[in-house]
Amino acid sequence: MTTLLYLFRRILSSIPILVLVGLITFLLIHLTPGDPAAVVAGDNATQEAIEAARHRLGLDQPFLVQFWHWLHGVLTGDLGTSFTSGRPVLSLIFDRLPITLSLTAGSTLIGLGISVPLGVFAAIRRGSWMDRATIFTTSLGIAAPEFFIGLLLVLVVALELGWLPATGYIPFSEDPLEWLLRLVLPSLTLGVGVAAELARQVRGAMIDVLARDYIQTARAKGLSTLSIIIKHGLKNAAIPVVTVLGLQIRRLLGGAVIVEQIFAMNGVGSLAVRAVFLRDLPVLLGVALITAIIVLLVNLIVDMSYGYFDPKVRQA
Amino acid sequence: MSATTVSSLPAARPAVLPPTSGFVRRFCRNRTAVVSLIILLLITLVAIFAPMLAPHDPARSSLRAIMKPPSARYWLGSDDLGRDVLSRLIFASRLSLLASVQAVAIALSIGLPLGLISGYVGGWVDTIIMRFNDALMSFPALILAVVIVGLMGPSLTNAMTAIGLVYAPRIMRVVRGSTLSVRQEVYITAARATGCGDGRIILRHVLPNVTGPLVVQATVLMGQALLAEAGLSFLGLGVQPPEASWGAILGTAFPYMAQSPVPTIAAGTVISVTVLCFNLVGDGIRDSVGRMRRAGD
Repeated sequence: MTTLLYLFRRILSSIPILVLVGLITFLLIHLTPGDPAAVVAGDNATQEAIEAARHRLGLDQPFLVQFWHWLHGVLTGDLGTSFTSGRPVLSLIFDRLPITLSLTAGSTLIGLGISVPLGVFAAIRRGSWMDRATIFTTSLGIAAPEFFIGLLLVLVVALELGWLPATGYIPFSEDPLEWLLRLVLPSLTLGVGVAAELARQVRGAMIDVLARDYIQTARAKGLSTLSIIIKHGLKNAAIPVVTVLGLQIRRLLGGAVIVEQIFAMNGVGSLAVRAVFLRDLPVLLGVALITAIIVLLVNLIVDMSYGYFDPKVRQA
Repeated sequence: MSATTVSSLPAARPAVLPPTSGFVRRFCRNRTAVVSLIILLLITLVAIFAPMLAPHDPARSSLRAIMKPPSARYWLGSDDLGRDVLSRLIFASRLSLLASVQAVAIALSIGLPLGLISGYVGGWVDTIIMRFNDALMSFPALILAVVIVGLMGPSLTNAMTAIGLVYAPRIMRVVRGSTLSVRQEVYITAARATGCGDGRIILRHVLPNVTGPLVVQATVLMGQALLAEAGLSFLGLGVQPPEASWGAILGTAFPYMAQSPVPTIAAGTVISVTVLCFNLVGDGIRDSVGRMRRAGD
């Protein structure tokens, strides 16, 4: 019951942010230099065509009325129609979302798979050359641009060694093995940065936890280092790590824009890039809104997980 | 007693951290940060003296030198149009660094005043500003930048404006946080008691005390802005040909990577090293400022 109440309160508190995200997205339309109606009507449009576009978009109405109509549309799942393909923006985005989400999930898994053992090991051997090497490597991982890592991986793993396919995406439903193989390199590209950032966090949190009294007690009871780390260390070190993981997912969604381009994946990111060149405003705004909503959902999940890792949070 | 007389008393002075000599000494002890700073200074010098240092004209293409591997003549090889990659990288350092400075300046000019106001005034002003901040931070940075560039049209200025807008909330958050803690200090109450106006308190007493975290954040953001610029230019949304930044060079070298990998690797390495140096200098400043605070306490 407490958990449900907590969930309800947390969802309620994200509603104002959601409305503001909508307002910002809506305000972005007004960032367009010149007349958005002229952009919509096309390059050689007549004055009548521009006026018709203005009326169709509702740009001739007061600002608040425009926002209300837009918000109403969003709430009923209508994000407008793409100028170039004529398809509803929402279905365009949903068609491509599985690609971007597969990439995000793959990168998160790779990030966790590398960072947790690395961070734990560095924390246990604090001050050793392994620890210093971890700090140095993670600094490099944080600084290296995703596109550089991606290009190097394509160059070495795909082109030189021929171990994995370089580009493209195959849906899971078509060929699960090919789906996995084609996801490895792009996920690794994005996952390296996540791993670097998380490994530092895991190291810091573990150093903090390992100094606590209950760890000393567990040691005194004769528990092995491994079971101390798994049973007592990781769960207690999880909150800061999960927080950073949540932030990383926001970064992954942004990074996907570039990685999808390198690996020729038709995800939400490449949809946005193409929309820039085609001046397809509804698609651009739709992508901004949907990715922000995904980030808010992730934040919600992260907050909920605090309750799992630390029961005190639930009671507070 | 007039306000002017009292405000000149030591008690009402801002607890400005002691002269920077202690900070410099502590920073100099951090060898990694010093080496990183030296590398950054060298890169800046390369950018300033680009015309003297570049072995070739970066814009001159030669049909006989298309995609040549590294040689005594072309140290890093030549690109698909037969231009010297090293000279292009040297000249591109100007745009890459300037673009980052521009983006951080925009982020500062928006984030700093709003952060100061939000933290100092508090109440509903703070609530509104911070809720907007939270909402802005819900957008993935690069996606928001791509969308803003999409609306304003691809160009380097627009790309850097977009990145500046996207990073402004981070500056705002840091400044607000520091302002909130500074606001509780006794010297602020003292300054107010002496009749100092809010504007004067913010400028003379709060601002100097938020500089430490601000400089750290701005340094790290320089690296982030450089990365973001490189990303946008790589996608073709930043600097437009014939001009080039490091990201743009990487973007044009990418399709020919299988035939000629050196330009891609060179551009990527330069970007990574520069960003790494900005991060390490930022870490160094943070550690030095932190110790200065603790020592002062």
